[in-house]
This record gives sequence, C-alpha cells and structure tokens, in this order.
Amino acid sequence: MSSLSRDEVAHVAMLARINLTDDELDTLAGQLDQIVGFVAAVGEIGVEDVPPMSHPLPLSNVTRPDVVRPSLDAAEALAGAPKAQAQRFAVPRILDEE
Amino acid sequence: MTTTTDAVVGYDDAIARFDPVMGLEVHVELNTATKMFCGCATVFGAEPNTHVCPVCLGLPGALPVVNRTAVESAIRIGLALNCSIADWCRFARKNYFYPDMPKNFQTSQYDEPIAFEGYLDVELDDGSTYRVDIERAHMEEDTGKSLHVGGATGRIQGAEYSLVDFNRAGIPLIEIVTKPLTGAGERAPEVARAYVSALRDLVKALGVSDVRMEQGSMRCDANVSLRAKAGDGGDQNAVPLGTRTETKNVNSLRSVERAIHYEICRHAAVLDSGASILQETRHWHEDTGATTSGRPKSDADDYRYFPEPDLVPVAPAAELVEQLRESLPEPPAKRRKRLQADWGYSDLEMRDVINAGAIDLIEQTVANGATAAGARKWWTGELARRANNEGKALEDFGVTTADIAALDGMVRDGRLNDSMARQVLDGVLAGEGRPTQVADARGLELVQDDGALEAAVDKVIAGNEAVADKVRAGKLNAAGALIGQVMKELKGQADAAKAREMILAKLT
Repeated sequence: MSSLSRDEVAHVAMLARINLTDDELDTLAGQLDQIVGFVAAVGEIGVEDVPPMSHPLPLSNVTRPDVVRPSLDAAEALAGAPKAQAQRFAVPRILDEE
Repeated sequence: MTTTTDAVVGYDDAIARFDPVMGLEVHVELNTATKMFCGCATVFGAEPNTHVCPVCLGLPGALPVVNRTAVESAIRIGLALNCSIADWCRFARKNYFYPDMPKNFQTSQYDEPIAFEGYLDVELDDGSTYRVDIERAHMEEDTGKSLHVGGATGRIQGAEYSLVDFNRAGIPLIEIVTKPLTGAGERAPEVARAYVSALRDLVKALGVSDVRMEQGSMRCDANVSLRAKAGDGGDQNAVPLGTRTETKNVNSLRSVERAIHYEICRHAAVLDSGASILQETRHWHEDTGATTSGRPKSDADDYRYFPEPDLVPVAPAAELVEQLRESLPEPPAKRRKRLQADWGYSDLEMRDVINAGAIDLIEQTVANGATAAGARKWWTGELARRANNEGKALEDFGVTTADIAALDGMVRDGRLNDSMARQVLDGVLAGEGRPTQVADARGLELVQDDGALEAAVDKVIAGNEAVADKVRAGKLNAAGALIGQVMKELKGQADAAKAREMILAKLT
C-alpha cells in the first residue's frame, strides 16, 4: 500500500508554490494519504486485460491546418493584467537579490 | 551578483588527464505560419503582444489544437536524423513557474517523443566522420520574451521588474537531444561545433526553420562532464560519467566550440582542487569567453510531468510517415560531395565556399550560366569581402545570382576585365540597374578595336625604350610595366592579356 509522507506533501506544496503552516501540513498529509489509499483500491481490481486510458475520448490526431487566425489586439490582451507598461505585461522582479 | 573568476587549467593539460563527455540539446524554432497550439501568427519582430490569444496567453477555458504542419515538420526532422517515428505519442505538461510562461507549464513531450533513436554523421575538419547518436526529437512550445527594467546592466540580475511580450509564446519548437557523446577526446569542442553546423544545414535543407542562431531560431544548450582517463588498456566506457553542467543558449557555432572548451578547462580545475562539480546551469558570456553560475539544475521529477489532458494523442499513420520520408531532400553532406565533384573544386576551395555559406548561391549562379570557377571567385572573394565589411549575409546583399552570372559572362566574353567588372558591381549595388545596363550607362567596355590597342602599345614601347630592351633581352617579367602603361593609356579599358600578347609579339 502506497503512503504519502509529510515530507512529500511539503515538497509538492513547495513545487506548487503553496505556503502551508505546520498545522496545515499535518492535516493535509493525513488527508492526502487517505485519498491516495482510496484511489489505490482500484489497483486491487483485476485490470490486466484493460489497456491504460489516457483520455476519456477515444480520439487521436485532432489537428488544425497551419492557417493564421485573428489574434487579440494588445489592449484586449493586456486588459486583465494587474500591471502593464510599454504594451507588455509588467511582472515583479524575477531573481531575488542574493 | 558576485563576479568571481573561476580557475581554469590549460586545455592540453585537462585533456591529457580527463575524458570529456558531452550532451547537446538543440532547440529549433519551426517556420510554420502559426503557433503550435493556436492560430496566432509567428512573425519575428512584431509589435509586442499583438500575436496572442486566449490559448497562448494561458487564459482559463482556452483549448489548444495541434498544428498539423508542425507535426509533419517534426517527423521530417526525425526522419532526416535517421530516427524511428512513434506510431502513437502524447504531449505532457512540464510544470514550473516563470513569468515568460503564461500557463505555468510548458506543453512539451516527456517519455513519448515523436522521434527517437537516430544518428547524424558529422564531418570534421580533417575529413573524418564522427557519428552523433540522437536520443530523441520532441515537440514543444517556445516561451515569451522578457525585458528587464532597472539595475545597471539591463540583465535579469539587479532588475527591479520585468516586462513580458508573449508574441513568441507558443511558437513550435523541436528539441533535439543527443546521447552522451564520448570518445571525442581533445576534439570534443570541434565535434560539438561540427554537429550543430551539420544539424543547421540539415534543418535548413528541410525548409522547416530559418535556423538563424543570431535571431534565436536555433539555440544550443551544451552539457559537459569530465571523467578520469581509463589508462593504458583500460575500458574508458567502463569509467562512470562525471557530474555535468549545462551551458545555456549558446548562440553561434563559434560559441558552442568556445563554451565547451572553457567548461572542460574549468571542470578540470575544480576536480584538481579536490572539490566536486556542482550540477547547475551556466551562462555563456561572449565578451569574456567564460561561463558564470546559473541555477542549480532540478531533477526531472521536480517538473511534475503528466500527460496533457487538453490534447489527444498524435498517431502518425505509417503511410504519412512514408510519404514524408519520400519528400526528404538530398542530405547536405551528400549534396556537398556531389556539387564539389560537379564543380571541380579542391577540398580547400569547397571549405571556403561552405564557410562563406555560398553553396546555394553558387549553385544558382551556375544554373544561370556562370562557370563554377567564376561563380566561386565572385561569391567567396569580392562579395564575401564586401558582405563581411558591411556585416550582412550574402543572400541579403542586393545582388542576384543572375547578376553575378551576367558579370561572369561579360568577363568571359572579353567585354569587361576584372576591375571593370567590380565597377559594374558597384553600380548594381548602388541600384543603377542590371549589369549590362550599368556597363552601358557607365561606358565600361574593353577596347575591342585592335588598332587602338596597337597604337597604344607602339606609343608605350616608343616612350619606354629602356624597359623594352629588357624584354628584348629575354626578361619577360619586365613586360608587366609596359602592360600597365598601356592600360593607363586606354583608361583601364584594355584587355590586359591581349596587350601582353601584342607587346611580346613585337619585342621577342
């Protein structure tokens, strides 16, 4: 039976940029471990003959021709930006001072 | 940021004691009309954020759809690299956070690349061949472009904030990854340059990318590691690989060679000091010829790859793959050999032609009626010199292959000599018209009238009796001075060979 440790939950939270307090980590680690356990139950069913499914639709090769379609104009594109300058999205400093 | 100068050891010393191993990752931006997953145009240098839509901005609810032409281009690149083509593969999300990536993941391929297990035979300077094994070629999308504001350098270090343009976000990229390249020894940097050069030629011949490294449509990341030498009789391949560093975005062929050369010297110094190599990215600096530390390299797991739920699998039909295989052009290396034989160039001449990037131009010039020797002389001589002075590419030079064929023909027909032909070229480049028009307008034509030539020869001999006597006495080299005088007499518009003939006939 798989299990999810508190350290693993902390690591995944860090990767997803979610700040968790120690209390939250304790709670979530327990809950997530249970969820993984529920899902693992599927593994106990005999599914040897069932091919793995990656998509609910049995489709492949859904493509489009290489033809230009209208884009948004810059004002529309930037309409939802918290901050814009020089027709560009303004974002906070990328590298921390070291 | 701290600017430390890393210790390096001499290259020969490093190579004498260590075995370099390389891995090269090359990104090629496809020249499709639209992006990988949406219909936005892929124009270089457009106004910022004018070729963006909900899909490439990563807005909620937008659904990507795969560009069919991009898939076909990816397959053609794979086939040209002797790869197997997957009969079924998927896209995957590569999750990380960076402001130039609007979705917070890059749509890429992970464990199911469209092309895998190929090779490219690369010719080195001495004519020998090194086989570069290709691990995979996969489809993905480019990121946006950032402009860093504040701070002294305009670089990301020290910037107060950044401005992002997403026009480039979503442009189709093919990432081509080699297997570890071993056994190159001291020639490792040369092998890397030759590989990237051969790959550039190959992709260019396929017509699927502009492959202009200076514009970023082809970019190379170079992984380097050193391992101990196995010693006499030892099996070098049994020695485990050392820790690698990845030098990012090396943007010219020369930089590929220099960056790997530098990293070999730097790694050797670190290992000599008893320290170990930190697995990290490095930034190459063209001006100093050195790399500086980037960020620690994440393990693959940290990207939390998973199959992209918004896209269905790509399953190229065998018939399509065969059809694309049929459409492949003659491989560049084979074509070069054929053309060299057709044109009768020496190896050295052919190398000059390749280095000048003039193969296509010479082929067209010859097709327009020039001799192979004439076409080579123009493109690798006069035109390469002028293009180099002006920092332009030969093909952007404003002179057509038909013009050069016409010039070559006029010289061969005895209508122009070399210096007059160069004046005609000046006129063509100045927009005065095609070569015959320029020659007519400027009154450039060799004196065809033998009487006028003879009169000039007689006059020059009469006025230079001392020189003429030397020629009479058998010093044929002295005739050069007389020819010069004749040319002057006829304002440069004489056929020098004919003048020489006539002078020698009269004096010997």
